[in-house]
Amino acid sequence: MILDSKIPAGPLAEKWTKHKFSSKLVNPANKRKYDVIVVGTGLAGASAAASLAELGYNVKAFCFQDSPRRAHSIAAQGGINAAKNYQNDGDSIYRLFYDTIKGGDYRAREGNVYRLAEVSVKIIDQCVAQGVPFAREYGGLLANRSFGGAQVSRTFYARGQTGQQLLLGAYSALSRQVANGKVKLFPRTEMMDVVVIDGQAKGIVTRNLITGAVETHAAHAVLLCTGGYGNVFFLSTNAMGSNVTAAWRAHKRGAFFANPCFTQIHPTCIPVSGDHQSKLTLMSESLRNDGRVWVPATQEIAEKLRKGQIKANDIKEEDRDYFLERKYPSFGNLVPRDVASRNAKYVCDEGRGVNETGEAVFLDFRDAIKRDTRKIIEQKYGNLFDMYKQITGEDPYEMPMMIYPAVHYTMGGLWVDYNLMTTVPGLYALGEANFSEHGANRLGASALMQGLADGYFVIPYTVGDYLAQLAPTKVDENHPEFARAKEEVKQGIERLLKINGNKPVDYFHKRLGKIMWDKCGMARTEVGLKEAKADIQALKKEFWTNVKVLGTNEELNQTLEKANRVADFLELGELMVDDALNRNESCGGHFREEYQTPDGEALRDDENFAYVAAWKYLGEGKEEELVKEELVFENVKLTQRSYK
Amino acid sequence: MKLTLKIWRQKNATDKGGFATYVADHVSKDMSFLEMLDVLNDQLTEKGEDPVHFDHDCREGICGMCSLYINGKPHGPQQTTTCQLHMRSFSDGETITIEPWRAKAFPVVKDLVVNRSAFDRIIQAGGYVSVNTGGVPDANEIPIPKTVADLAMDAAQCIGCGACVAACKNASAMLFTSAKVSQLALLPQGQVERKTRAEKMVAQMDAEGFGACTNTGACEAECPKGISITNIARMNREYFSAVVSSDNM
Repeated sequence: MILDSKIPAGPLAEKWTKHKFSSKLVNPANKRKYDVIVVGTGLAGASAAASLAELGYNVKAFCFQDSPRRAHSIAAQGGINAAKNYQNDGDSIYRLFYDTIKGGDYRAREGNVYRLAEVSVKIIDQCVAQGVPFAREYGGLLANRSFGGAQVSRTFYARGQTGQQLLLGAYSALSRQVANGKVKLFPRTEMMDVVVIDGQAKGIVTRNLITGAVETHAAHAVLLCTGGYGNVFFLSTNAMGSNVTAAWRAHKRGAFFANPCFTQIHPTCIPVSGDHQSKLTLMSESLRNDGRVWVPATQEIAEKLRKGQIKANDIKEEDRDYFLERKYPSFGNLVPRDVASRNAKYVCDEGRGVNETGEAVFLDFRDAIKRDTRKIIEQKYGNLFDMYKQITGEDPYEMPMMIYPAVHYTMGGLWVDYNLMTTVPGLYALGEANFSEHGANRLGASALMQGLADGYFVIPYTVGDYLAQLAPTKVDENHPEFARAKEEVKQGIERLLKINGNKPVDYFHKRLGKIMWDKCGMARTEVGLKEAKADIQALKKEFWTNVKVLGTNEELNQTLEKANRVADFLELGELMVDDALNRNESCGGHFREEYQTPDGEALRDDENFAYVAAWKYLGEGKEEELVKEELVFENVKLTQRSYK
Repeated sequence: MKLTLKIWRQKNATDKGGFATYVADHVSKDMSFLEMLDVLNDQLTEKGEDPVHFDHDCREGICGMCSLYINGKPHGPQQTTTCQLHMRSFSDGETITIEPWRAKAFPVVKDLVVNRSAFDRIIQAGGYVSVNTGGVPDANEIPIPKTVADLAMDAAQCIGCGACVAACKNASAMLFTSAKVSQLALLPQGQVERKTRAEKMVAQMDAEGFGACTNTGACEAECPKGISITNIARMNREYFSAVVSSDNM
């Protein structure tokens, strides 16, 4: 099978314009005859649902939370990139495109990434028009800051809560369409399966989380905007409910899963404090603009620190190793996330970690406070400092913060073409749920950009092109495929409830997370990955014989919800390991220890691995089939990434 | 630490409900409050008892999903969300009482889980600027004084958790509603629909069964995001000037 990315021909800068023109249109009077399902109400889902409803389509929007406003996009802190060049500092659409391709270690498609950079400027306009209160200068115009991996200031922000404000903007647009009757909302509803008829997506099966009712919904197109799968690691910066179930069930119905091993480990998170830990909290990357990352120069000093014999502030300047500034003089503390994370791991592996567990480095604001005054630092990062203090009990104005990398984002996801359509016609994936724009590593402040680009400015065109080719007649929900898919979902639920083993769901989730973190995390080896595969298979078997799910289906049953998600994580985990094993190179967030340069940087193999690894599900217990989409670079020259 | 927990258990919306008492031992001061409940739930599950249901998601204080009325205060003793509350705020041997939000407009779903969709309907009544995707001016064509943008941002920080309602003896949603009315009334983008917005959102708030405001200030004191009651004053002004001058309703 050959995967057709459907990238339009022609010069890079004209592809999207030409594609929009050649896309078919649905007559305005006919739009009301088409139904579209949107699963997930984060930035991608809410913006898509609102925009499609504005055009006149009938939209059904689903989320598992109690309100669409709670989707995890809300937790994004730092900002959103856009090539506005308001700062006159040399930014352009081409530069944002180039930075994103390079930052992704040349594992993303040129055409998609250029389009992302192109529409980025419209996102800011849209959000401002909605009343999103971005940070401003005294003259009343928008403020920008620079963000990890970029040498221009192109990041727009709303204090440390940019994701919240953008999501509330999209949620307000969505709410307006709910009031207009164009969107029907289904909160506390989880998608359990996709209904595929004659090879096309025609609906979904859902479970009402309050009553347990398993229901079907028919539509002409289904959009999965269901986020990433970082929770496969148990501990991550994702929300507790973030899961892979919708994407995974779609995968089992024929949607290929691309680059599953590309996960982003964020360098600045609050370190783990104990076994009870349920999630990790991110400290925005923007902190690296002013904070300096360091560890003691020697193991002996670190040892004293860990034993509590000395404090950070007792360590003399010459005994501090500002390792990022030392190794990467031109980018310093602002190197991309993968580089920053890996180097934190190295110094901790050397025994120079600074907390009790030895898995933490300092992020120090002493010099910034001296230079800019505490007041300025408070204005920039006040809420983050408060959050840090709340969680750790320590005051970062007085003592350096302690940080350590944590799983944050997944670049992999459902394979989509230029139209954001998966390998199942009529089934789309938007935002973090797809694999498309970030290659092997995402730049800071680009997730919000992609989610909103997909929802506001890409899908309204591409889904129209698909719908225009379908007859404007209702999808028949009485088709036997709906009943069959529903029955299968019910059986799956019953199977979980019947096991009645001895161990709670989290017991399995934590063990899976540990396998993934240790062997498919920041650094991977062939030996480790092979062990991980066997471990996961054994764990999966144990799960299906010994998990304890109490209660019934016909009630609010949070254990059942979790068990259902963990069952899918167990399957996904194995695929991630397969993908990491297959990719015999290091690139971006995927670091195979066997493949590194003499000074420890990721060593790509463009000759053999400049492709998207898309995996095809072949059935229960069978190895998945690898289908390659070769990446074509017509505009950028592949180089070794260097931030020195 | 060893704690005694008195937790509200209610099977479903129609069940009468009541308190059950549990002992939580091996509680570490570094645990978050919800992690303490996770541990309790794993223990209950192993014993074959139905775990305590509670809402939570991001666990970093921003999604607004967690709730819990702890020892007579929404989100407990600190001015933060429950997920950000840590056990170091409690002492060994203490008894902690945990209830759901109590308000007519927030019916209990199960145990500590309530239905807050009334808040969504208040936003749907007018908490937006009616602009479609595309066709908007360049972002810098709408200059906004920094002081105004900052005030709007102060109001926009509301996470919609409902602590203001739970804290209020009248179960009033004035702080929540006024935060959105204020944000949009302050900004130039919100001017066109300023009057209808205030009228419609206040009407929806009343229709949902939230109580009136009697200026006790409990909402502001308990708001995890520090939303100020000056927003309520601003909404009252917006509302009154709207009803005497508009012909919208």
